[in-house]
Amino acid sequence: MINDLNILAPEIFLSLGIFAILMAGVFIKNSYNLVNKLTLLLLIIVIFVLIKSENTSVQVFSDSFVRDPFTKFIKILILISSIFILNISQNFIKDNNINKFEYPIIVMLSILGMFFMVSSNDLILFYLGLELQSLSLYILAAIDRDNKRSTESGIKYFVLSALSSGLLLYGCSLLYGFSGSTNFNIIADELNSENTGAVFAMVFILVGLAFKISAVPFHMWTPDVYEGSPTSVTSFFAVAPKVAGLAVLVRFMQFPFENILQEWQTIIIFISVGSMILGAVAAIGQKNIKRLMAYSSIGHMGYALAGISTGSISGYISSITYISIYSIMTIGAFSAIFLMKKENKYTEEIDDLSGISKKHPLIALGFLIILFSLAGIPPLGGFFAKFYIFMSVVENEMYALAIIGLLSTVISAFYYLKIIKIIYFDDLKSPFDDVKDVNISGTLLLSCLILITFFLYPSFLTNIVNSLFIN
Amino acid sequence: MNFPILSTIIFLPFLSSIFIFLFRSANNQSAIYISLFTSLANFLLAIFLWYSFDKNYIGFQFVEESNWISGLIKFKLGIDGISILFIVLTTFIVPICLISCMNSVKERVKEFIIAILILETFMIGVFCSLDLVVFYLFFEAGLIPMFLIIGVWGGPKRVYSAFKFFLFTLVGSVLMLVAIIAIYWITGTTDITQIYEIKIAKEFQYILWLAFFSSFAVKMPMWPVHTWLPDAHVEAPTAGSVILAAILLKMAGYGFLRFSIPMFPVASEYFVPLIYFLSIVAIIYTSLVALMQEDMKKLIAYSSVAHMGFVTLGIFTFTKQGIEGSIFQMISHGLISAALFLCVGVLYDRLHSRLINTYGGVVNQLPRYSFLFIIFVLAGLGLPGTSGFLGEFLVLIGAFQKSYLVAILASIGVILGAAYMLWLAKRVIFGKIKNEEVKKLKDLNTLESINLIILAFTVIVFGFYPQPLMDTMQISVNNLINNYQTDLAYHLMSNK
Repeated sequence: MINDLNILAPEIFLSLGIFAILMAGVFIKNSYNLVNKLTLLLLIIVIFVLIKSENTSVQVFSDSFVRDPFTKFIKILILISSIFILNISQNFIKDNNINKFEYPIIVMLSILGMFFMVSSNDLILFYLGLELQSLSLYILAAIDRDNKRSTESGIKYFVLSALSSGLLLYGCSLLYGFSGSTNFNIIADELNSENTGAVFAMVFILVGLAFKISAVPFHMWTPDVYEGSPTSVTSFFAVAPKVAGLAVLVRFMQFPFENILQEWQTIIIFISVGSMILGAVAAIGQKNIKRLMAYSSIGHMGYALAGISTGSISGYISSITYISIYSIMTIGAFSAIFLMKKENKYTEEIDDLSGISKKHPLIALGFLIILFSLAGIPPLGGFFAKFYIFMSVVENEMYALAIIGLLSTVISAFYYLKIIKIIYFDDLKSPFDDVKDVNISGTLLLSCLILITFFLYPSFLTNIVNSLFIN
Repeated sequence: MNFPILSTIIFLPFLSSIFIFLFRSANNQSAIYISLFTSLANFLLAIFLWYSFDKNYIGFQFVEESNWISGLIKFKLGIDGISILFIVLTTFIVPICLISCMNSVKERVKEFIIAILILETFMIGVFCSLDLVVFYLFFEAGLIPMFLIIGVWGGPKRVYSAFKFFLFTLVGSVLMLVAIIAIYWITGTTDITQIYEIKIAKEFQYILWLAFFSSFAVKMPMWPVHTWLPDAHVEAPTAGSVILAAILLKMAGYGFLRFSIPMFPVASEYFVPLIYFLSIVAIIYTSLVALMQEDMKKLIAYSSVAHMGFVTLGIFTFTKQGIEGSIFQMISHGLISAALFLCVGVLYDRLHSRLINTYGGVVNQLPRYSFLFIIFVLAGLGLPGTSGFLGEFLVLIGAFQKSYLVAILASIGVILGAAYMLWLAKRVIFGKIKNEEVKKLKDLNTLESINLIILAFTVIVFGFYPQPLMDTMQISVNNLINNYQTDLAYHLMSNK
């Protein structure tokens, strides 16, 4: 039992750290800066703890908690992206007076939820992790409590998400009823396609998860919540929960639902096609960059789901590769969005970018690289992400899905090009303020560099992701 | 391991663009000199490559191979007698573009140069790659700089044109990407030299051929998906038009020769009627459209479509004359259309109008210019003694061996070509001066003269002495046709 605790070291570190920092926040006045720094420190320490942990695959606490290279990779990905997001959003948080010490702590709590969610091998632990994550996210969405839109988005997110959690819980209870256990190992053994009740349960669980990663047709909350929440929160929403949600989906497909592949495959194909098409078409008319990012993330989830829908290991690998590159691009995109500041106010209108290439050539170039990469144009990183996905889709002879997916990249290229057009072709209206924030420009530079140089050695990432699935 | 000369030629312009980007304090003048220096060095490298190229060797030379996407794809480069010509053409055209932009590009000069240099890297990469994925990477990547060149430095309707250019090409290309991935799973490799050895089953060939065709037809451009080209040409700045006409369009013809025919011989044979039909429509219909144009750039753009019709026609005759004629036509069209666009650019820089009726009687004010312009017009209509003649002539010989009807229809295109070219010359160069503005025009300055004289010289030299080009491509073309015929015979045998 004591040895089992070692396996949980990262989670234990994180939760103890959260309590300690919470205390510091409560007793020291105006402690946002301090808490934020401590948070970053803690997250970095947890990364080290994770890296130090062994690479073997173990299940502990009556097989309810699993630690293997896959969970380790996902957790590190979540932590790194959260560190970058927290770092680039600091100034925004201060400028908008949401610099309460609770902010970083809630972020950490949701990360803790994601950790348990990713590592769960049991329905109960899975649900607890999911709820811890979601509850923290509701609060984050409404953190700017004097702002109507932030509060509205928090409530909207809460109501809809609670409904989906309910469906998911119903699915879990059905699954328990039909398999006699909440443990994934036993469920995997019990399930087969004749087990109609279990198929029902699977559908409900898929609905819940699809909601969390904002896949069509459960995406309705995304644009409103993305737009209403403070940008710092939106940037967090766009990365960490998506990574965790997708990882859990892969886990479900790989273990408990392995034997009912036929049934869930069809559903995921439809969800994926819907997300790709809606993400591409609905984004065209958007005027707000955060709404646009919301639709863009729906589209990107569609591609990641296309990898999962193949139901093969190569498909899962391509999905995880995709979500990793997506995280890099999204962090880059949001760091560029944080630089959109006019007369001390952050703007969200795409039209405000008009002609900034003349005044701010470097921001413009950063946007250019990230947008082309999001559109999946070679030789940038985004292309390789899509390439791996379609490699595995075609490998499984799902030609129609490949063609629909690639044609929707053309449609989505249109709205990315529209932003580039506004930045590069239009006339300058009014320049942005000079934001001198090393964190933001450094992050933007870093993500652009990764995206540009990705083609030099594209196997770097895939080799790592491949190794996660070998056993 | 030999010196990786192909990688050097590919990435030298790219490194130079990074250099220009990093030294932001450098002024426009020095940026132009740096870029001119590197692109000329690149041209010399390409000439050296051509010189050391073994013309009697069957297969690919200067092959470079390195691991790239582990376990899946290798970064493989290499050239044969066909691709070397396009590499030399590319490295030859880029310095000319850079010289031309000294006059015509006024704002954001450095960015323009960076875009051109990056584009050069991608274009040479296309002609060097021996792997489908590497090819696709370079083929698609060229969209980014070209999109910016049209959109940032273009004319009033530049946004529409840039989007049309980008989206048309992208739609075609993504289908090609599916086909490339499908080929990987059918044959287990994307290495072209290995795919040549594998006989792809017939039922796959048709659909794969169509997917590749969708990309090349847009890029070529073939009727009816040619409509992006006139728009793109009209709005692009002079240097952009030159690169578009001289090199980007050739990628598709090269793609047919490198991929469609050797990999899918049965499908290529099967779709010949389609290609002939589209080529003939392109030749006759777009020539007629060109006759009616008011805008000089549009006229030349439509004439490009017609000339590219000859190229596709020639390639799909599968005869030695037809294919050699097509390749020659592509090289020669690269030179002539580049020169014609430069000529239009010269007038546009002075009067800011591309409309034919703005001008008239230009010869009275700009004798040197008019002399060169007439040379290029005559080359464009295929006068013997210029490089324009031989290509069309060989294609027609090839076509006659296959079908009289097609050859006769294509010959009508030659006559129409003469009609619109001469009428253009008549309306712009000769006649009385109608517009007072024309009287104030100055003749060519040194840079413009250098550019046009070099081009005129090459056009005439290759018109009288095409041997260097023919010698270089001969073995590769023979090899292509032989392999095509054996493959076809193999598939016929297996059918019985």
